[in-house]
Amino acid sequence: MRLKTLLAAVTAATLGTGVLAQDPITAGFIYVGPIGDGGWTFEHNEGRLAVEEHFGDKVKTVFQESVPEGADAERAITQMALSGADIIFTTSFGYMDATLAVAEKFPDVKFEHATGFKVAPNVSTYSARFYEGRAVQGHIAGKMTKTNKIGYIASYPIPEVIRGINASYLHAKKANPDVEFSVVWVFTWFDPAKEADAARALIENGVDVVLQHTDSTAPQAAAQEAGGVITFGQASDMIEYAPLPRVSSIIDNWAPYYIDRVQAVMDGTWESVQTWDGIPTGMVKIGEITDAVPADVKAEAEAMIEAIRAGEYHPFTGPINKQDGSVWLAEGEVAGDGDLLGMNFYVEGLTGDIPN
Amino acid sequence: MDLGSISPTLLIASIMISATPILLAAIGEMVVEKSGVLNLGVEGMMITGAVVGFAVAVSTGSPGLGFLAAAAAAAMLSLSFGILTQFFLSNQVATGLGLTLVGLGLSALIGKPYEGMKSPTLPKLDLGPLSDLPVLGRMLFSHDLMVYCSLAMVAAVWAFLKYTRAGLILRAVGESHDSAHALGYRVVRIRLLAIFFGGACAGLGGAYLSLVRVPQWTEGMTAGAGWIALAIVVFASWRAGRVLVGAYLFGGVTVLQLNLQAAGANVPVALLSASPYLITILVLVIISARGAHGAPASLGRAFHASN
Repeated sequence: MRLKTLLAAVTAATLGTGVLAQDPITAGFIYVGPIGDGGWTFEHNEGRLAVEEHFGDKVKTVFQESVPEGADAERAITQMALSGADIIFTTSFGYMDATLAVAEKFPDVKFEHATGFKVAPNVSTYSARFYEGRAVQGHIAGKMTKTNKIGYIASYPIPEVIRGINASYLHAKKANPDVEFSVVWVFTWFDPAKEADAARALIENGVDVVLQHTDSTAPQAAAQEAGGVITFGQASDMIEYAPLPRVSSIIDNWAPYYIDRVQAVMDGTWESVQTWDGIPTGMVKIGEITDAVPADVKAEAEAMIEAIRAGEYHPFTGPINKQDGSVWLAEGEVAGDGDLLGMNFYVEGLTGDIPN
Repeated sequence: MDLGSISPTLLIASIMISATPILLAAIGEMVVEKSGVLNLGVEGMMITGAVVGFAVAVSTGSPGLGFLAAAAAAAMLSLSFGILTQFFLSNQVATGLGLTLVGLGLSALIGKPYEGMKSPTLPKLDLGPLSDLPVLGRMLFSHDLMVYCSLAMVAAVWAFLKYTRAGLILRAVGESHDSAHALGYRVVRIRLLAIFFGGACAGLGGAYLSLVRVPQWTEGMTAGAGWIALAIVVFASWRAGRVLVGAYLFGGVTVLQLNLQAAGANVPVALLSASPYLITILVLVIISARGAHGAPASLGRAFHASN
């Protein structure tokens, strides 16, 4: 993996030597997993490839895979800025502070941090409203579970992940009042062996639906092996596991955003923004709902997608209580973005604590 | 909280599967280190084994051939390390790290067409009356062949090092390559054989990941298993039996904490995940305090007959 990184760095360095007005823009990408993970990083890389295809010779892209979150990330981002990138996309929540620290040192470079909430004059944030997709998954899961036990493989206890758990739980519960959620925290975005073990542990404990917020397809493989368990693609379509166990998926579609932002750098119109788009703009897409899902459930799910697209339905609409029973949203009240972005509590009915 | 929903039978069965890849890699690395060579390329050899094993199993339909090919491929890769360090006297630490990088890059390249494919997996063995035993049958006697192979490998390595003349020579080379050389043993050849064996074991461990435990090919899928294998060798203070204990401990804690969470137990996950490493540090402190490290004296030192 790092060989490619080295090549990318060499390419970037070579480009940096001939500084002319006509030089192509260089767009850099920092990835948390390998581009072949089949999930999160895979889709960001598809976005990068779309940028290359759209702009042709006018843009060069460089990327670095499997950059650990934390101190190492700062080094990797600095390296990329030093090697002449004009705009750098850092594609994981854990790069937030590192991105801001590097941005301070390179005021002329534009930074885009995925799923974060801190900005600066040269740092934008962008994220997708995955919770809209998770609401749809929750509905299908609640309708299809026979054991009434649903398992959830969670990565890190950050607002993004907690929001996903709450959104899917609320809609599973609405579809089937008897459902119980069992959440397993694996503290990794990508570790196929651990993800497979987590899926097996859940299945051995009686769940027949596995939802995941990790990036590999290993849980799908484990579900397939167990039989009678359904799963959903995460970040990427994971269509190779359709029609069973994968019955639908949430797909991140970053390409239009990446193209937009690179264009803005070229035009000199780039400014710091906070983008948070979902199903209505196509940043979140729902992968094909397979025939394994009963026709009526499929129709209900599609109706929900349509309502979200039209702006008629928000997945976090009251009444919703917090886990401790206190009121969060009153009847008919819709959650504000600030609340959602900083979400650090379970909704009523979920058991267990959020680790810290 | 409903701990009753954890079945000890299934839990132990899962632990055995979870521990097998690191056990295979660790026992191989232990032999390498016993011969006085430190090969930090375990992660790279494992992932090469994972991808080659997967590719061969998919194209031939035979997981057995996949395992063989994985062992051969990783052993060949380890030989490149062996040639560099034994003939060209390159630094073992740097060469080992390089081996990991090469393995990761190479595997991503080879694996590209195999993403999302399914491979044949090993069947569970039917050991007749043993498998039919009420609880023990499911727990211990209905695994695939490789689980038993890995256990047999530990026993074989232990017996080889303890009771055979060849094992004694290997240990002598690891303790003092100059003395072994003076006695007429071919240090470089013995080390190359050990490196070759270690590579083959790491390859088998990797193939177990991609063919049985996960089972599929995903780039970067070893996710640090090779480093854990290295840690286990140190934890075990270079003894075969303790390698087994270490691998099952590391594998066991991972599986146990996931099961506890799935059952709704309120456990501090981060602490549990860190516990094998804490135990490793503790063991090292105790060993150091007693003054007996167990590390081969020539570990990591280059040997040339002219010195």
